[in-house]
Amino acid sequence: MAAELHVELVAADRSVWSGEATLVVARTTSGDIGVMPGHQPLLGVLESGPVTIRTSEGGTVVAAVHGGFISFADDKLSLLAEIAELADEIDVERAERAFERAKSDTDSAAERRADVRLRAVAVH
Amino acid sequence: MGAQLRVYKRRIQAVTATKKITKAMEMIAASRIVKAQRKVTASMPYATELTRAVTAVATGSNTRHPLTTEAESPVRAAVLLLTSDRGLAGGYSSNAIKAAEKLRERLAAEGKEVDTYIVGRKGVAYYGFRERKVVESWTGFTDSPEYADAKKIAAPLIESIQKDTAEGGVDELHIVFTEFVSMMTQNAVDGRMLPLSIDEVAKESTEKDEILPLFDFEPSAEDVLDALLPRYVESRIYNALLQAAASEHAARRRAMKSATDNAGDLIKSLSRLANAARQAEITQEISEIVGGAGALADASAGSDK
Repeated sequence: MAAELHVELVAADRSVWSGEATLVVARTTSGDIGVMPGHQPLLGVLESGPVTIRTSEGGTVVAAVHGGFISFADDKLSLLAEIAELADEIDVERAERAFERAKSDTDSAAERRADVRLRAVAVH
Repeated sequence: MGAQLRVYKRRIQAVTATKKITKAMEMIAASRIVKAQRKVTASMPYATELTRAVTAVATGSNTRHPLTTEAESPVRAAVLLLTSDRGLAGGYSSNAIKAAEKLRERLAAEGKEVDTYIVGRKGVAYYGFRERKVVESWTGFTDSPEYADAKKIAAPLIESIQKDTAEGGVDELHIVFTEFVSMMTQNAVDGRMLPLSIDEVAKESTEKDEILPLFDFEPSAEDVLDALLPRYVESRIYNALLQAAASEHAARRRAMKSATDNAGDLIKSLSRLANAARQAEITQEISEIVGGAGALADASAGSDK
């Protein structure tokens, strides 16, 4: 069996996803980072962006993460985010509406949030 | 119906109505405790992971961050007090206020000025009535706080701790809230959020002497700590808000349960009195009839003779 790492994706008010994975790709403030089993212990600051988790069953889980941290040690990876949503949970129409609205209001923070959501769905 | 009896009947009716209300409030509070407790549990993974991360950075690097080092001569401290928006919860709010007063005295004895921040209408009313200065207050969400509320509260606190004390900033951040121990026990406690005392945090997160690995920081230890600490404060406040909400519901349930019990006792004793009054009325009526019949009999017997 290939090496696995245990992933916990937690938002401030709930645990979003947890399970075994072979690869996790996330965006930190200094660029995208891919974590595989056996990675050096790491603690980084996340940018808002989609996080891709390749599960050990071969599936892919994509989540939109808005800010937070990634911490990895002893093949245990935790993704902490204030807000995190799985791609399946995202309401595309609503995100698109929010995106348009944010664009017209020139609310850059909201625009980015909506953009991240849409990108997470697109990757998915 | 006699006047006495009517008075009792009316009081029984009033108490019965009150009992119905308190019973309903008790049951509502009971159902909300479960919900609030579930929220506390749901927020735990985030809090523990965050505490672990903070400990890792604070112990694993030699970074000296203003938020983790104690000021040499602290002059001002901020106290965040969590009370409830609504009353009818027994001593819930007043216990928290009392704990805050104690903390305030202690800080004053140490020669620190105290800036007060308040959550909940009860605390605001208490301070307002005494015309004490409150830096900022928030109301309207103590029943079921959201993470956004915690963020809203944390923002000015973090801002003031990052400011220089000469410009009105604070050196320390304390929080007073009601800890939820169990359905029957809730304690008003105070704790220091910042500056972090590393030992305490370490004690919380690593119970079984777990050795934390040497982390690789991305982008750097300072930046990570910079980003972590505000989140840590938010998460501590969020956790305190949730526990306080659970405690509030538990306190309300208990207060309403004893109110319901008391109303039951009152109804019982009032019905006893009402029964006695009815009996007395009947007895009086009988004796009046007997007396009247006797008088009639006497009168007619006299005329016969």
